[in-house]
Amino acid sequence: MREIYADNAATTKLSPVVLEKMMPYLTEVYGNPSSLYGIGQEAKNAVETARANIAKNLGASNPNEIYFTSGGSESDNWALKGVCERLKSKGKKHIITTKFEHHAILHTCKALEKQGFEVTYLDVYEDGIVKPEDVEKAIREDTAIVSVMYANNEIGTIQPIAEIGKICRAHKVLFHTDAVQAAGYVKINVVEENIDLLSMTAHKIHGPKGCGLLYIRKGILINNLIEGGAQERNKRAGTENIAGIVGLDAALQIAVDTMEERCKKLCALRDKLIDGLLQIPKSRLNGSREKRLPSNVNMCFEGIEGESLLLRLEMNGISASSGSACTSGSLDPSHVLLAIGLPHEIAHGSTRMTFDESTTEEDIDYILEVVPKIVKLLRDMSPLWEKIKDK
Amino acid sequence: MAFTYSEKVMDHFANPRNVGEIENADGIGEVGNSKCGDIMKMYLKIEGNVLVDVKFKTFGCGAAIATSSMATELIKGKTIDEALKLTNKAVMEALDGLPPVKVHCSVLAEQAIKAAISDYYKKQGIDPTPIVGDIGDCDHCDHCE
Ligand SMILES: Cc1ncc(COP(=O)(O)O)c(C=O)c1O
Repeated sequence: MREIYADNAATTKLSPVVLEKMMPYLTEVYGNPSSLYGIGQEAKNAVETARANIAKNLGASNPNEIYFTSGGSESDNWALKGVCERLKSKGKKHIITTKFEHHAILHTCKALEKQGFEVTYLDVYEDGIVKPEDVEKAIREDTAIVSVMYANNEIGTIQPIAEIGKICRAHKVLFHTDAVQAAGYVKINVVEENIDLLSMTAHKIHGPKGCGLLYIRKGILINNLIEGGAQERNKRAGTENIAGIVGLDAALQIAVDTMEERCKKLCALRDKLIDGLLQIPKSRLNGSREKRLPSNVNMCFEGIEGESLLLRLEMNGISASSGSACTSGSLDPSHVLLAIGLPHEIAHGSTRMTFDESTTEEDIDYILEVVPKIVKLLRDMSPLWEKIKDK
Repeated sequence: MAFTYSEKVMDHFANPRNVGEIENADGIGEVGNSKCGDIMKMYLKIEGNVLVDVKFKTFGCGAAIATSSMATELIKGKTIDEALKLTNKAVMEALDGLPPVKVHCSVLAEQAIKAAISDYYKKQGIDPTPIVGDIGDCDHCDHCE
């Protein structure tokens, strides 16, 4: 049976090239960068080389604006908590974000609400795109920070980051973006796009798990999240994850170098799959078709439930994901699908497939052969389908 | 995902028993709602007081389909009294257990059977309440709130 990994938005396979670059730092070069002898300094050099190269790839003007973290979640927590707690004394107590952020942002906002911050959750409309004018309207005198993700992890919609950045800069409000899903698929330039803080993680771009970064523009006031030693210029304690940092840099470099061709190929496969799946009656694509990550397909099939679809995909060798309540264990369907206005019963029937450069046209053909059969089988046993099929 | 389900659950999900409808069924029960993501519909053919045929249709997750399938197997050929005694726990045990978040699926299976038997009594002009008791319904469950 064909095996297809179609869950690259969850995580990706570590690239062998990246692993090779990491290996020395997992073996011989085990020194602590804070130490002055040979292998310590060698490790330090590796970290600083990676920092400089990553800064260049993100369009940052200074390598010292890159702070390494344990991943996207930490970076998101740090950006919001660090800025808000710092600006509280200046009378800032308002946060603007969107309804469909990753939980690393949403749950951090909930925690800040408990500390007395007010949060505006912007609408993302049916196409899953934030309106820059909504951001502008929501900005207040006491707004500390705006946080809008670069691309959504479930429906892959790409947000108008440069426009939002411009608005925030004009109003002198800090702007953070969670670029965990966008990095490697979209050209990012923090300076041109007026981004003040940006979160990224290595494991979504064929790098290792447990390593990410927060870009913090020079001069921004931010409290520490992790206290301890003097690493990362006193801003983020903890002995550096050297191999992870080297892997993050290598993975981003490959992604930047291959972006154009890779994305072109992925878009063709994605569009073929979307067109094919839309042939299924009462199916829909979730989120804008045009402003969409090249790797993301997210569909709903009415009358069936997402987990059942996933289990049957798995029985056919396809690993995918679903916004159905049942898969998350949280019992509510995906907050992203509800945010774009899907009713609960339709949101329960969603499936997300996310691809990478190893995906082939034959894979897509196979998925197009399998999915309609599964949908039919599940609909044939669905009392809900009975009621809605002729509507 | 799949590994959190027992082999029995996966077997009943992959090869559900007694799927479909019964024409001119003697009792039909539907429970759950699409908002919480599960609907179960049970069809009964009753002769004397024996459930000679049972069929189901389910919209829901793997556990919902598996519990429906197992429940139909457990009551097919049994008397009404025996069917009414089937608890969600018995369905779960027969499936070698369910993950905690899926327990409500087995409750739905128990309710679906009771709803179908109630419907049968109603069709006979008999008040089902003293016999079947309180079925419990989705609107009063806080499972998906
Ligand atoms: C948009 C987004 N933000 C944050 C994260 C969290 O990143 P990490 O797993 O590196 O903590 C993820 C990944 O799950 C994500 O998709």
